[in-house]
Amino acid sequence: MTGLRYVYAVCRPFGTPLQAQLTGVGGDPPRLLPHHGLVAVVSHVPEADFAEEPLRAHLEDLDWLTAVARAHQGVIDALTTVTTPLPLRLGTVFRDDSGVRTMMEAREESFLRTLDRLAGRVEWGVKVYLEPEPEPEAVAVPERKPMSGRDYLRQRRTRTKTHEELWQRAETFATRLHETLSARAEDSRLHAPQNPALSGASGRNVLNAAYLVPRTESEEFVEMVDRTKDGVPGIRVELTGPWAAYSFAGEETASSGEGP
Amino acid sequence: MTVVERREIALVDLLDRLLAGGVVITGDITLRIADVDLVRIDLNALISSVNAQVPSPFEESR
Repeated sequence: MTGLRYVYAVCRPFGTPLQAQLTGVGGDPPRLLPHHGLVAVVSHVPEADFAEEPLRAHLEDLDWLTAVARAHQGVIDALTTVTTPLPLRLGTVFRDDSGVRTMMEAREESFLRTLDRLAGRVEWGVKVYLEPEPEPEAVAVPERKPMSGRDYLRQRRTRTKTHEELWQRAETFATRLHETLSARAEDSRLHAPQNPALSGASGRNVLNAAYLVPRTESEEFVEMVDRTKDGVPGIRVELTGPWAAYSFAGEETASSGEGP
Repeated sequence: MTVVERREIALVDLLDRLLAGGVVITGDITLRIADVDLVRIDLNALISSVNAQVPSPFEESR
């Protein structure tokens, strides 16, 4: 056996070859595995790293996970230049080619349906942050005499109130923005707000959403997001994309238009 | 398209999509890795590993 099969995506057959220098997970160039009306894009990966046990262990290792995530994204990115890929979840591994074919056979109909739904669409990510509060009290003059308990309490109340107002404003802003963008997009998904320890971003993430937009309407969508950017002080809007439609690859598209 | 500057994709944005998005394959033919375990990757474990190895692996660290 020559290793396991790591599957990135399933696509409809496409004529254009992938870039020759493209490397995938574990440095193995992605290969095309056709079956009926579908093509799986796979890499051969070593069992020592990708069998169930070692894979699970590796996933706790951020450096390892980062490398695999970047390689996976690199292949999906390359695919989006030639077709609309249907990305699979990171770490989808099969024993051999025949396992991959069996899977494609079993899910052919649903893959084709989803590929139709996603054809010509891309995903845009929009995040809203409440900027960290400036703390005017912190820059207080050093020679000022210690404040009284009453002053302290009053200041603290003011600060809490200001904070609540800001928070409220950010929530309202995010809800409205999500409604506006959802109305414009074909579908939307809410991801969990990002943890600042992981993102390294400043401020608090109040909206982390993904929108499915036809490629041809992306320009307007981006402009729409851009117009909101300078809207409200203390609030930051970030746009990412275009992504392959990762967030919309699941078969059940039960909802479009749930609120945050 | 007048799209945003294409700086390197932040890892968190990528993980949002790769660990919570994408088609999940279940069944005996796979090694059955993708369906359950990945979704439950312990972000706390990741975060502590980030904190442990300052400077962090993220581009925009201080």
